Amino acid sequence: MNLNLTMIGQAIAFAVFVVFCMKYVWPPVIQALREREKKIADGLQAAERASRDLELAQEKASAELKEAKQQAQEIIEQANRRANQMVEEAKDSARTEGERLIAAAKAEIEQEKNRAKEELRAQVAALALAGAEKILETSVDSQAHSQMLDKLAAEL
Amino acid sequence: MAAGETLTASSYIQHHLQNLVYGKHPENGWGFAHSAQEAQEMGFWAIHVDSMAWSIGLGVLFLWLFRKAALKASSGVPTGLQNFVEIMVEFVDNSVKETFHGKNAVIAPLALTIFCWIFLMNLMDLVPVDFLPYLFSAAGVEYMKVVPTTDVNITFGMSLSVFFLIIYYSIKIKGVGGFVGELTLQPFGKWMIPFNFLLEGVGLIAKPISLALRLFGNLYAGELIFILIALLPFWAQWVLSVPWAIFHILVITLQAFIFMMLTIVYLSMAHEDH
Repeated sequence: MNLNLTMIGQAIAFAVFVVFCMKYVWPPVIQALREREKKIADGLQAAERASRDLELAQEKASAELKEAKQQAQEIIEQANRRANQMVEEAKDSARTEGERLIAAAKAEIEQEKNRAKEELRAQVAALALAGAEKILETSVDSQAHSQMLDKLAAEL
Repeated sequence: MAAGETLTASSYIQHHLQNLVYGKHPENGWGFAHSAQEAQEMGFWAIHVDSMAWSIGLGVLFLWLFRKAALKASSGVPTGLQNFVEIMVEFVDNSVKETFHGKNAVIAPLALTIFCWIFLMNLMDLVPVDFLPYLFSAAGVEYMKVVPTTDVNITFGMSLSVFFLIIYYSIKIKGVGGFVGELTLQPFGKWMIPFNFLLEGVGLIAKPISLALRLFGNLYAGELIFILIALLPFWAQWVLSVPWAIFHILVITLQAFIFMMLTIVYLSMAHEDH
């Protein structure tokens, strides 16, 4: 066990190696490690955020779907109601129209009847006059008897 | 196994435990030591060429590998080498964060260097004990000890560097007065200054010594056992060497980890005020 210069040589080599390691080996490696650590942490965080977003989106989508269904239901109901209403209205208007038509027809019939009566009356008067002429064998002075004839026609 | 030596068990072991020493011999001048005796005579101004070469080589290997990964490092999907380097860096970074709560840009890279470098040096222990020395002796190199951490100079070189860092940060954070106060005014107050100083001084000095000797002792013992196993007949060696090598994978990792952890602990203590 003889101590000699080797000891000092080793100490110098040691110092040189440590300085080299400190300057050129340690910083780049440790920096890469830190960067990767940060990258992975960021990645994990982003993944977590994304999954949370996805969950939210799904929730929102299902809520919207539900709402849409409800709305559709409402619209259908409304449409049904409206259709019924329209049918009712149509029925009503058809009924009134029919009634009106009936009334008009009746009025026309009445009118026709009156006109026929009038005509008939005039012809009856002429017929009666002709008959009376035949019976009397003389001509009736229509002038003289017109007042009486008119009275008769009015009675018919 | 130098040519011409008779191969006895003890000379084999001694040969394996002898470093390749370059220094100034009082009589032969500058040159490689040709025996343990000569190496001893060279005194302090000699250098273990094998330990230094392997240690620097492995340190450069570590830095080259990690630098390569660092150049390609990105926050994208990591592959192959980058994966491995990132695992190591993350592991060291976590160890440092658990123990050291201050702000210091030196400690984490220091810990990484210590862990990887010591691990690589320890790993040389798993290379069969005769393999590299035999290759080198074939190339004419007499002695070759391939595990730098079985050289007490290497472990002390590192632990003393850590020791200087401890003192540097103690003084930087607490000031000279604070550091001296820490050494002398506790645990027993100002009337027991010499006693306190003795206690705290021993505690302080014990840090680098224990750090160096723990690593050295573990690896030296491990290496020695490999050498002893290598003395067995070749057909019996694997019975012992395989379990020991597997166990040793744990030891070398653990020792590297302990050295790193204790360095972090010591430096974090240096940053704390009492």
